[in-house]
Amino acid sequence: MSFAATVWLVMRKDLRIEIRSREILYTTLFFAVACVLVFAFGFVREGRALEDASAGILWIAIAFSGTLALGRAFDRERHNETLRALMLAPVARPALYVGKLLGVLVLLAAVEIVVVPMIALMFQANLLAHAWLMSALLVAGTIGFAAVGTLFAAMLVRARSRDVLLPILLYPITIPVIIAGVRGTAALLQAEVDVPMARAWLSMLVFFDVVFITIALWVFEPVMTE
Amino acid sequence: MDFTTVNFTEVSRAFGRRRALHRVSLRLNAGEIVALLGPNGAGKSTLLGLAATLLEPSSGAIRYDNQTARTGGSGLRRCIGLLGHDLFVYPELSAAENLAFFAGLYALDDISARVDAALERGAIAARRDDPVSSLSRGMRQRLALERAVLHDPRLVLLDEPFTGLDDAAVGALQARLATLRDAGRIVVVATHDLETIEPVADRALLLWNGRLETIERGAGSLRERYRMVGAAR
Amino acid sequence: MMNRLFAPLAMIVAAMFAYAPIMIANAPYESTMGLIQKIFYFHVPAALTFFLAAFVCGVASAMYLFGRRPSADRVALAAAELTVLLGVIVLISGPLWARKAWGIWWDWDARLTSTLVLWLTFQAYLLLRRYGGPGSDRLGAGVAIFGMCNVPFVYWSVEFWRTLHPKTSVLPTLQPGMRGPFWFCVVAFVGLFVVLLAARTRLEERRAELEQLYLAVEGE
Repeated sequence: MSFAATVWLVMRKDLRIEIRSREILYTTLFFAVACVLVFAFGFVREGRALEDASAGILWIAIAFSGTLALGRAFDRERHNETLRALMLAPVARPALYVGKLLGVLVLLAAVEIVVVPMIALMFQANLLAHAWLMSALLVAGTIGFAAVGTLFAAMLVRARSRDVLLPILLYPITIPVIIAGVRGTAALLQAEVDVPMARAWLSMLVFFDVVFITIALWVFEPVMTE
Repeated sequence: MDFTTVNFTEVSRAFGRRRALHRVSLRLNAGEIVALLGPNGAGKSTLLGLAATLLEPSSGAIRYDNQTARTGGSGLRRCIGLLGHDLFVYPELSAAENLAFFAGLYALDDISARVDAALERGAIAARRDDPVSSLSRGMRQRLALERAVLHDPRLVLLDEPFTGLDDAAVGALQARLATLRDAGRIVVVATHDLETIEPVADRALLLWNGRLETIERGAGSLRERYRMVGAAR
Repeated sequence: MMNRLFAPLAMIVAAMFAYAPIMIANAPYESTMGLIQKIFYFHVPAALTFFLAAFVCGVASAMYLFGRRPSADRVALAAAELTVLLGVIVLISGPLWARKAWGIWWDWDARLTSTLVLWLTFQAYLLLRRYGGPGSDRLGAGVAIFGMCNVPFVYWSVEFWRTLHPKTSVLPTLQPGMRGPFWFCVVAFVGLFVVLLAARTRLEERRAELEQLYLAVEGE
């Protein structure tokens, strides 16, 4: 079973399950929206958001709802211990990681497709002006967050206190992603749009993604075997 | 890579301060059915997990002919099938989809024919497209069994396979185990159900507090001999 | 080897820390900040040792995960605890300095903020090892490797983020008279790290031996 075929098989299985029930999708989406509202009340005064607030709110919503989605996605594999069945299969273990990562990314993309325009609307933030660059930032940032998150969530599947340990472990490590995402987005929302700045943050994100996905692929098997 | 014997040499496994297995040595050969008996918490599931390469021993070695779990890698895993205490199937997918997924993962050819055959053998063909969560306990158990042996593994490890099965299904499973044995497979069945395993088992091992004993052949039913060995401990 | 060197090394380190205040008191005054600046002689060496400890934890974790040596895991745990301890020293001395020198406790200085983020990472490692249940030694090793590799990213991103705001803190350039005490303190802190690491690792070894004894007894 080739690496790519395994990845495809695992991702397809996850998406099929999700499309059937749409449980994680709906709940995560709703949570993201609620998150945005809560932060909005914190940062909006007299109908205008504080400068840069929209960028911050966007990425915080992604981080919080991403953590939730990751936890739920791996809860599914804990039912009936199917993660063990996957580890038992004659496939390259890192391919399992990549398959699950892609599944989580599709889920988060679906959430972002709703939340980004919503924020653009509510905060009069012109997020769609530099659509390509904005999308690139979102993609690179979400990949960075999900890459680390998928590994940690998989690691914690059989651990105690896993619900609270996931955010505790994930947030400090993904702070560079959040900083880069927020500042890059903010650069695109400023009065004088700063494209080179956004590009600089984007390159940092891409670098982060490459490094940490590599480490995750390397570390997945030893960490997951008991 | 395929093998014909499995050797445990002084294998111990501890979880923190709790020792689950204590210096277990045994040998499994092709073409036999071994009953693994013992009270709850004796370490049966741990032993099966070790044999399946899901767990690593804290000390001692497990060899599959000349291979170890590490040297054998994915080729070795292809020849091992495990029916765990938890069923290893996705409740949101249908029986057919579960089997097709695992068949794909094990890179089997002619997936749809194999899936159909497995559904027939498990007597769940009628509910093949219903989500597993809607199936009865017995049906789920039969599906889990079919999933475990779908790829025709050399080493078949079954943890409490008779749970939830009615008489007809029990009979079918017993016949199935005998067929596997005759085809040269190594079958290990961990169970409490002494009466059900007795007719098919070639030999019986007892795990007590992590230590292994053989229950010798002899006069008297398996249960009587089990009690004797247990009392002696 | 460590056993024989331990006592002399511990004494040397203790002596160095006893002597350090004298060296510091005799060091020249820095022009703008005066006496306050002298906290830097402990703050910066502690920070350097903090990064050293994080690095040791990451490397030991990698050795444990890929080399399966239980001794590496013990070193990693000890190094993580020292990372957290040194981090506390840095994070307390930094704001104290800032408050006295510039009037504010915390100004999101790049170095201090990076230290805080890393400190959180390794504290999370300790929480995982404590509350994660059996098997959390392997999980922790993964986290430590990620934490160590994250150091440059945290530093760059916070540094770059900070350059957008005017800098209020400037690390003084080292005048010649300051170099002596500074490097002396660096050596003292590194020595302290080594001594504490050895002691803590030995404690872990004893605990592992105790576990083995428990297991042996339980087997009876």
